[in-house]
Amino acid sequence: MLTFTLKRLVSGVILLVVVATATFFLAHAAIPDPTLGLLGSAATPEAQQALAAKIGTDRPVIVQFGDWIAGLFRGDLGDSWKNFQPVGAQIALKLPVTLSVVTAAVLLSAVLGGLLGVLAGLRPGTWIDKLVKAGAVVLFALPGFWVALLLVMTFAVQLKWFPAVGYVQPQESVGGWLQSITLPAISLALGAVVMIAEQLRNAIIRADGLDYMRTLRSRGLPQWRIVVHLLRNSAPPSLTILALMFVGLLSGAIIVEQIFALPGIGPLTQASSQNGDIPMLLGITVVTVVFVVIINFLLDILLGWINPKARVK
Amino acid sequence: MTSPLTENIDTRASRRGSTFVRLLKRPAGAVSFGILVLIVLVAVFAPLLAPYDPNFVDLSITRAPPSPEHLLGGDTTGRDVLSRLIWGTQITLWGALVAIVTSLVIGVPSGLAAGYFGGATDRIGTWISDAVQSVPGMIILLIVGANTGNDFNLLMVTVGVFMAPGYFRLTRATVLAVRNEAYVDAAKVSGLSHARIMGRHVIRPVVAPIVIQSALTAGMAMGMQAGLQFLGIGGGTTPGWGAAMNEGFRVMRTDPLLLLWPSLALGISIAALAVLGSTLADVVSVTAPLPSRKARRARRAAERAAAALGEPAVVTASTGAVAHAAVDSAVQIENLRVRYETADGEVEVVHGITLDVAPGEVLGIVGESGSGKSQTVFSVLDLLPKTGSYTADAIWIGGEDVTSLGRRDRARLLGREIGYVPQEPMTNLDPSFTIGHQLTEPLRAVHGLSGAEAKARALAMLERVGIADPPRVMRAYPHELSGGMAQRVLIAGAIAAKPSVLVADEPTTALDVTVQAEVLELLRELQQEYRMALVIVTHNFGVVADICDRVVVMRHGSIVEIGEVSQLFSNPEDDYTRELIAASLDGAESRAELDRAFVAAHAAASPGAVDGAGLAPDPDASTEADRKEVRA
Repeated sequence: MLTFTLKRLVSGVILLVVVATATFFLAHAAIPDPTLGLLGSAATPEAQQALAAKIGTDRPVIVQFGDWIAGLFRGDLGDSWKNFQPVGAQIALKLPVTLSVVTAAVLLSAVLGGLLGVLAGLRPGTWIDKLVKAGAVVLFALPGFWVALLLVMTFAVQLKWFPAVGYVQPQESVGGWLQSITLPAISLALGAVVMIAEQLRNAIIRADGLDYMRTLRSRGLPQWRIVVHLLRNSAPPSLTILALMFVGLLSGAIIVEQIFALPGIGPLTQASSQNGDIPMLLGITVVTVVFVVIINFLLDILLGWINPKARVK
Repeated sequence: MTSPLTENIDTRASRRGSTFVRLLKRPAGAVSFGILVLIVLVAVFAPLLAPYDPNFVDLSITRAPPSPEHLLGGDTTGRDVLSRLIWGTQITLWGALVAIVTSLVIGVPSGLAAGYFGGATDRIGTWISDAVQSVPGMIILLIVGANTGNDFNLLMVTVGVFMAPGYFRLTRATVLAVRNEAYVDAAKVSGLSHARIMGRHVIRPVVAPIVIQSALTAGMAMGMQAGLQFLGIGGGTTPGWGAAMNEGFRVMRTDPLLLLWPSLALGISIAALAVLGSTLADVVSVTAPLPSRKARRARRAAERAAAALGEPAVVTASTGAVAHAAVDSAVQIENLRVRYETADGEVEVVHGITLDVAPGEVLGIVGESGSGKSQTVFSVLDLLPKTGSYTADAIWIGGEDVTSLGRRDRARLLGREIGYVPQEPMTNLDPSFTIGHQLTEPLRAVHGLSGAEAKARALAMLERVGIADPPRVMRAYPHELSGGMAQRVLIAGAIAAKPSVLVADEPTTALDVTVQAEVLELLRELQQEYRMALVIVTHNFGVVADICDRVVVMRHGSIVEIGEVSQLFSNPEDDYTRELIAASLDGAESRAELDRAFVAAHAAASPGAVDGAGLAPDPDASTEADRKEVRA
């Protein structure tokens, strides 16, 4: 277990460094002169030079990279080029919003997708199975923001069931917080729900035909216990998809937050990209990749618990 | 000269045309394909179709409602909505095309290489693919889009890069699946170069999945593109759908139609692609849809009604016979038929058989593979696979006709009245749970034992079936056991509830020869100890000689002979029975030897129960060696 954790840690760090390096050079290539974007209309050659000296872009890119990556290993993501505040603190301020939406979407996908998948898998050919199949075809392909617009139009503008925009802190009001993240979470989750459901359905149908399921039934176990056996043996592919979706949900959140005016990572990313605030963009990338690494690590632990054969000794 | 390989390919190529036809024959396929053709035409002929210049501003039509001149009205800056939508189609399709081509060019060759060469190539490729998948693409797109002057093509290339892992994984997995096929090996042996093998024999099976994946990828690329435009990136002055959605979103309270049109255009395009991809996948995979449970139930009800009216639903008569009254038998089957749904319709695999077994009796069901013996057993258990179904005039278990019972009541017999020992021990234990859990779960859930009681009973059962270290085995997972141990565990599980009937489906076939004898011995002991009726399915007359009182010989789903074991061995009526006996006794050269072997073996099985015709049973000869000879 210890070697496993260490191995995953090392491979996670390698992934992080590779992605960070690639993003660093990509960003510097995409934004050759950040002072232009940062100063906007106030950009005079003098002001640009002064800013370049202040943020250090007058140095060779490779030197800047050395500085930045060294900071990364100390856990320092540097300062924003726009407001000169630490990047880490600003991301930490916005992250809870995005995480609450994404986490709610993941939970929704797991619970609803799991439920639909089990029902469809146990009774292939019934209406619920057809619903899952049709949903998986169409809903998976439609982008989250498209669904978000539809939901806003229907439930916020026409029916007025939910607030159209804005975010309520859970400290202020838990109910308000739940209301403010419900529609965004549903928009993000819908595609994932049907994806998980279809995966699980197929896995359950496969598992249900296996010898040991017949033997378990021959012991007279009640149906819900049979489902537990089925579920444990068919969950791995769906869990893997769920973990993969986490990345996609983060991407989708960026646009969906825009639609619901949620003050999360999305608006921060967009503003930073327009300003050319490279440290902020790199910081956001690093933080999300760290989350992805953590999620994948948890997934491996979970899969090991589910399937003893895959367990690491 | 055409080699068999190219012939094979030619047939496949000629089938491709019919794939397209079959696609169009499905309503979903035809509709989605039609919509896509329409979209492509609109995109290609946008300059001719659009009534106005998409960027021409006519302030008089600002937010104008639909009118004959402007069919969809004007937008917030006074431009013709319809014209912008039509031009937007071209942009959307072009963007999707750029993304797909990028994805294909990166994903397919790398996936081919990774799957075909394996090793380091595979590891590196997979690592990169995983790495790309762990980066939220939208952030990178925002970075790329930020200061590159909103270069639309560059953005779509980036989208393509982030979608490449989809192609990579798909291609790699498909190639892995065909890499070891005989025709690829044949090509290798005949000295073809890697490039030619890949080009000719490996790419072919990848084509269909890639086309399907491309339909999905195109839809996702459209979504990404519209999303970027929605954020104000990559649009520029071009009339993209995403930009129009953003504009409509800002005024959705006053002019909801401005949001509706572009959303509809995007939604329909993506849905059409998704439906086309999925229908294509259905057409390519040849699995025929199975009739629903409801349809099967209706058909069976109709048959039963016909039978009640005295019209026999089937022509062939039932084979076999009963030896006991129904109420006195442990199990009695009357006129059992088993059917399977297949892609070619329904196939009957058991054609009406009748047999019974008394309490404490051991009945062997013998026959070659496919004779229907296992199907008979699964019908008694009511555990046929989902595609299988049976009908019977009656199935008596413990003096009760169970065919009239509901599914739930029928299932209640399992684990209480009937125990089941499967054929293949290694695939019949749930790999995810410990042995202890699998043994104690039914005891607690079905028989109401407490945790401690269940554990004690399970340990005792393991001890009883000859497991050396029961506590250790309780903690073990199935993959940590040998086949013989797993089969003992399964026997322990089957008899833990002390059922009155034990059904064993080829319980020794998958085991080593030495272990076979021990397991058979164990079954015999337990049968006598618990006075269970034992139904043992086998293709081996040695097993029959060893353990059975009576035997049923099955062939092609019918019973060809049924009777006392001694009778059957000394004087088989059917040629097939004779053949089977001979095949089981390869070592025996003459009938005399066969008889001697049988008598010796059977004497060992149940001393005193044998009256070998003319050949006195000799208990001293009934050694282990003799029985092994019989089985050999």
